[in-house]
Amino acid sequence: MDFSIASILMLDGATNGAIYALLGLATVLVFTVTRVIFIPQGEFVAYGALTMAMLQAGQVPGTVWLLMLLAVLAALMECWSRWHHDRNLMHGIKSGLVMATPPLLIALLTLWAVPQNFSMPVQALLSIAVVATFGPLVYRIAYQSLESATPLVLLIVSVGVHFAMTGLGLLFFGAEGFRNPSFLSESWSVGPLNITGQVVIIFTTALLLIAALWVFFERTLFGKALRATAVNRTGARLMGISTHAAGQFTFLLAAGIGAVSGLLIGPTTTVFYDSGFLIGLKGFVAAVVAGLSSYPGALIGALFVGVVESFGSFWASAFKEVIVFTLILPVLLWRSLTSGHSDEEH
Amino acid sequence: MTRWLLLFALVPLVALLPVPDFWIFQLNYIGLYAMTCMGLVLLTGVSGLTSFGQAAFVGIGAYTTAWMTLNLGWSPWLTLWVGLAFTFVSALIVGLITLRMSGHYLPLATIAWGLSLYYLMGNMDALGKYDGLLGIQSLSLFGYDLGQGRPFFVLTWFILFASALCMVQLLDSRAGRAIRSLKNGTQMAEAMGINTFRYKVTAFVMAALLASVAGWLLAHFQRTINPSAFGLKMGIEYLFMAVVGGVGYIWGAIVGAGLIKLMDDYLQVLLPKLIGTSGSYEVIVFGVLLVLVLKYLPDGIWSLVARYMPRRDREVDWADAGHLPETHKPQRGELLLDVQDIRKQFGGLVAVNDIRFQINAGQIVGLIGPNGAGKSTTFNLITGVLPLTSGAVKFRGETISGLPSREILRSGMARTFQHVKMIPDMTVLENVAIGGYSRGHTGVLSGMLGTNHEEEKRLFKLAQQQLERVGIGHTMHETAGNLAMGQQRLMEIARALCADPALLLLDEPAAGLRHKEKQALADVLRQLQGEGVSILLVEHDMDLVMEVCDKLVVMEFGTLLLEGTPKEIQESPVVRAAYLGTEH
Repeated sequence: MDFSIASILMLDGATNGAIYALLGLATVLVFTVTRVIFIPQGEFVAYGALTMAMLQAGQVPGTVWLLMLLAVLAALMECWSRWHHDRNLMHGIKSGLVMATPPLLIALLTLWAVPQNFSMPVQALLSIAVVATFGPLVYRIAYQSLESATPLVLLIVSVGVHFAMTGLGLLFFGAEGFRNPSFLSESWSVGPLNITGQVVIIFTTALLLIAALWVFFERTLFGKALRATAVNRTGARLMGISTHAAGQFTFLLAAGIGAVSGLLIGPTTTVFYDSGFLIGLKGFVAAVVAGLSSYPGALIGALFVGVVESFGSFWASAFKEVIVFTLILPVLLWRSLTSGHSDEEH
Repeated sequence: MTRWLLLFALVPLVALLPVPDFWIFQLNYIGLYAMTCMGLVLLTGVSGLTSFGQAAFVGIGAYTTAWMTLNLGWSPWLTLWVGLAFTFVSALIVGLITLRMSGHYLPLATIAWGLSLYYLMGNMDALGKYDGLLGIQSLSLFGYDLGQGRPFFVLTWFILFASALCMVQLLDSRAGRAIRSLKNGTQMAEAMGINTFRYKVTAFVMAALLASVAGWLLAHFQRTINPSAFGLKMGIEYLFMAVVGGVGYIWGAIVGAGLIKLMDDYLQVLLPKLIGTSGSYEVIVFGVLLVLVLKYLPDGIWSLVARYMPRRDREVDWADAGHLPETHKPQRGELLLDVQDIRKQFGGLVAVNDIRFQINAGQIVGLIGPNGAGKSTTFNLITGVLPLTSGAVKFRGETISGLPSREILRSGMARTFQHVKMIPDMTVLENVAIGGYSRGHTGVLSGMLGTNHEEEKRLFKLAQQQLERVGIGHTMHETAGNLAMGQQRLMEIARALCADPALLLLDEPAAGLRHKEKQALADVLRQLQGEGVSILLVEHDMDLVMEVCDKLVVMEFGTLLLEGTPKEIQESPVVRAAYLGTEH
């Protein structure tokens, strides 16, 4: 291996790492606010990329139908639990409508937009909107009534959600894989490196999103409220912060980040309905490096995972997944040695 | 025992009956899956740990025997043990690395571990890559083919029921009670002398070994293996089976495995027909079902059955059992506990500021003070729950500060908890027997094989004696969670007494008690003192403290305010000021 190969591998790894960083951040975000270890994070990646692919092909993405289905289901659940709470049917119907209206509007908007053949950025925004809307619905349907369960139960629920979402992905997108066209077709040569427009877009978007998240959590009252929920749920509720709303909003962010990652990764690889899982899990390894709690930690962890993966695929391409996922063991060992024990009454 | 014999007799009976071959075939798979799930019951249901890596251990067992029988020509009866050894080592490594950390790291590590093992199997030439290994020999014994159909059914289900028997016996033993105590936090277990980390690793390794046996059987039954049966998806499915069946019940593993296996077959045919294209759509149903089960039937299907199972009281067969070894007791008046300028700082806050006091053998000493004075912190410093910032605690001349709680217990100091810590679904007697853990020796193996009867009898005799000593002997067969608060506190005292302590540390034993219960508690404390037990009491209830204590230590804002007899303390203006404020 010489310097030029090493630098190509570094760039490649850092590019993937940037996407893993986004997913790792989403994982940390979801875990700190809701204590859910969100395994289905990767499904949003696949949904995002495939929705975009369908829009490109001028077809109605399957996610639109799924979105409508989930919206109706969530609305019924919301209506029922509301009615169950105060036996007032009007309140129930009202909160059901509040739940269902935004996703239904987005679904209808997409249905209208499909035959218009809009430009790529518009289609990208539309894809993000469609997939991000899944977040609150998934939270409402699967997690909300289990908010006070242990992290372990929530983790098993996540596995159930992952199963269901993968199967639904197959149902609505089919088994065929798609590779999206690049947003920017230019490319530049810097020494041995060939920097494509897509790479530039990936880095820019990732950095912008990370910065936006930082500003949101450090500088806005709502972001601080979410962090408060993460620290102490009961305390946050007493201060008037709704844990339901916090959970749904967090899932909106996570799904949105997933969709963006899907759009970013779409032009670099062929995405199938079940591709998201592995991509999401690599983000996950990054989040574990950060102890599921630190945003900068997740960023560094993600770049590390990306670089290990690209060097791994150079030296032993068949074993690159083995290398990446076995990496978690020494990382956990290191964490367990440095963090001491923290295992009493979580 | 007769019930077990009936169960074992059922297996050849089913094999002899004209059950269609198809159902025997299904039952073979169900038996294999149930074996793997039974490990998860021990791990998840009993110890509160979760693993998605069971399938990977099935894979280790299967690939080891497949490769060795094919390439080295070894007998399967030998490779079984090699597979178990490989499984043991890998489970030990994963367990040692992850189990020190909080609960959710084990499932995460096992996800990664399951994935990387899957890709490893799928990419190694020696293991046939994704095509796997073909032409594995069938199991046979003295030339008789056991590997297919009915003989295999008998073999598998015998192993399954034998594992169930071992598991049931284990859970009702000294080591088993230690494993059951892991689920509700480790503080109580550690305070009773249990090395919780070791038992967590033990549970994880045992679950892996069960999976490995299932893998060995699977390889010789299918005679061909490929990585897909050992991937993460399958690992998740095993957990799913256990959760649906009832992860807290050994029989839940069999019910869950049976149900999911049959549903899986049915849905794999039905759903593609309904939808019109082929694909594994059954995962949608499974995913939704998993969420629904966790929501509406968190204890699984077997909990519906268990509700109607008669619960029989434990047979009292220990009347003539011997005694457990006792410790050397201090002489009355001897210096027992010497707290030397202990200090605890949390960042800039000095919670306990150079506190010093002593307890002599035979004394009841009360540690009192207004809310936030640092009493509980002092208590936790003495019992080793929190590390000291500076100072030292000496017990019978030996320095005990810095030791973990379980070592401190063994030096002769047993404690109770401010918020009662028990295993609510075990009987009072079993809960109290945990207190005798440190005086027993039998381990996991003798628990499983049932060779621990003599010591079990001694432990239960001890537990019953201590329950009677604190006056609640009549409750011993009750489920601990059903006791009233006062009785639960007495149960904790009985549990601590089982450790044969020279010094008993009670953390607010009167909190939440009614007047009558407080009276009963005071009587018990005085009686214990009469029997030579020394007591350190952290308490808010002044009546109780003034009534039973020989000496009081008063704390305020982390510092020692005064030390003296109850009478001196009552008359002290300083103490009054601390509690009631001063007049200006």
